[in-house]
Amino acid sequence: MTNRLDLPEITWHRVSPRYIVVDVVSGLVFALVVVGAGSAVAYFTGWAWLWFVVAAIAVAFIIALALTPRRVRSIGYQLRDDDVLFRRGILYQRFVAVPYGRMQLVDINRGPLDRALGLSELKFVTAAAATGVVIPGLAEADAEELRDRLVALAESRRAGL
Amino acid sequence: MTSFTDGEWHRLHPLTPLLRGGIAFVAILGFFLYNVRDILIEEFFGASSGESEPLVWLYESEYFWLAIVGIFVVLAVVIVGYYLAWKMNTFRITDEVVEVRSGIVFRRNRKGRLDRIQGINIGRPLLARLLGAARLEVNVAGQDANIKLDYLSSAAADELRGEILTLASGTRIAAAASSSVAGGPTGIIDQRVSELLAPELDPNLAPPESVVQMHTGRLIGSLLLSGFSLFVLALIGGIIWGVAATGSYLFLIGVLPALIGTGSFYITRFTRSLRYSIAGTPDGVRIGFGLLSTSNETLPPGRIHSVQVTQPLLWRPSGWWEIKVNRASTSSAKGAAGQANTTILPVGNVDDVRKVLALVLPNLTDEASVELLTRGMLSKGGDDGFVNSPSRSKVWLWFSWRRNGFALLPGAVLLRQGSIWRQLTIVPQARMQSASLQQGPLFRALRLAKVRVHTVAGPIVPSLGGIDAAEATRFFREMADAAIESSTADTSHRWRSGENAPPPPVAAEFIGEPSPEVVTAPEPRVAEKNPGEATA
Repeated sequence: MTNRLDLPEITWHRVSPRYIVVDVVSGLVFALVVVGAGSAVAYFTGWAWLWFVVAAIAVAFIIALALTPRRVRSIGYQLRDDDVLFRRGILYQRFVAVPYGRMQLVDINRGPLDRALGLSELKFVTAAAATGVVIPGLAEADAEELRDRLVALAESRRAGL
Repeated sequence: MTSFTDGEWHRLHPLTPLLRGGIAFVAILGFFLYNVRDILIEEFFGASSGESEPLVWLYESEYFWLAIVGIFVVLAVVIVGYYLAWKMNTFRITDEVVEVRSGIVFRRNRKGRLDRIQGINIGRPLLARLLGAARLEVNVAGQDANIKLDYLSSAAADELRGEILTLASGTRIAAAASSSVAGGPTGIIDQRVSELLAPELDPNLAPPESVVQMHTGRLIGSLLLSGFSLFVLALIGGIIWGVAATGSYLFLIGVLPALIGTGSFYITRFTRSLRYSIAGTPDGVRIGFGLLSTSNETLPPGRIHSVQVTQPLLWRPSGWWEIKVNRASTSSAKGAAGQANTTILPVGNVDDVRKVLALVLPNLTDEASVELLTRGMLSKGGDDGFVNSPSRSKVWLWFSWRRNGFALLPGAVLLRQGSIWRQLTIVPQARMQSASLQQGPLFRALRLAKVRVHTVAGPIVPSLGGIDAAEATRFFREMADAAIESSTADTSHRWRSGENAPPPPVAAEFIGEPSPEVVTAPEPRVAEKNPGEATA
């Protein structure tokens, strides 16, 4: 575990543990659809080998679901003086630094499950599509406050493209 | 000549309808008249051509007059339509925006902010060139965010470009000061001829000679030694094999169009690149292309989001390189035929690359930086100023691990990759959107990591895998800090906002200083914040 990437000087803000529920449920729905469709095909065509494929997929989904709490815990962000740092992922780790002046807009998305649990998802958009910073599982009020703060920061540090 | 930058609405060149598509209409009209002539000859001289053409048939039928009336109505509608379209298509340029209104039924109004201009392109298709017209296109950041002024008179387009750039640069020079057109030939024919023969770069605004000369031999060689040629060779080989094996020539018919297409690909690419030129002007880099139809693009300072120098294996014996850039706008004008206009040097040797890099990255012209850039292109690796991959990355980078590395220069990030396909990517820190540090399971096992620099979309995706995890983390931190520092110091959206000099002397100085040296290229950023910036 010593090989893991880390930025030790950063104290990360973590997302709400309630987001685990959202992630598990949406993962479960997706898994059921895929496994169900695969099983249906296997059942009606009678291809025995397809059952093995379906079983393998099901096992992969179960592992992924079991790791969800850890994955959610790995999501973190910190607002530094001039940029936002964001991290996520356990197997595939990713750290991103976005200067405030580079933000073009900030999105708040709320799915049905998010709404039920009072959560929001915050998305930063820069001029580069690859930036891809999405912070899920923020409490509604936090998300809005964060958005306003980010927009104000971006405004005060606005630069050219 | 009227100045277009007075904030009033102006119309386009009166020949616009003809140039825009009216030419097809004229051709149809000609065809029609040609056929009518046949009918008239037949009528008066009784000499029947014996062919049953549709018009002859129509002439003999009872609907003849109805058809004539119909044709005239269509004619009238088309002409009135074109006239109205021209009449309703107006534009204006103020201190802040370029604005175009067009459309007869569906009105359209497009405004572009001057400080978001990514480039100005002047295109002269052959016919427009003969008629002394040009198409001006102002590229603003974004997809399909081009403001087209087609067509303007050729001289007006050049003048307007200069004025827009002056306004956009943030200098408050009276636009009229720069618009002193030299008293050239007076007659219309003379003027046409001199414009047609004039160098692609306006001698008033740019050094007349390009910093890079395109050699015909090199151009042909680079085209023949491309990956596409290998594909064509393989195709020809396949055909020969096919003919030999089957003994039938039948399927040659299917391949023939492809071969003709190949030929025309080479020819257009060749003629487009033949008169390639690149030069620095006070308002950015100017790149010209084209032999018959020409295009000429100005990229203001700080509009280049990343630069990549590449060398395919086939080009290595002759030492040729290609330079591409990422830009925030997509111009409808093509660069060296078929290639997107992101290719700013189709082919050149190391010297040419240095000159072009000095133009597009004017703050990397000190000796140490040039040295490092050269090593980034040519070095085989080792202790050469770049932080390279450790030897354990051999598993991942079989051949290139010695060369695979990064370096930070003041103002730029350098990523060096590939030993077979050598490439060097340079990202100006002031243009970085964000940066990321990544690690997957394979890299984790090898204690490696991958760094990506996010820039606007384009042909270049700056990323570097297989570097030591600790080095990568350090690099990521430094890059994040440098990005903030550079972007706060950057004023290139109004690239000359620091200059508040009185108008006429400044303009005269820029005009009368035709030194092609890189020194004339403007600094894209001002070191310390200046008070004028707040108003920009």
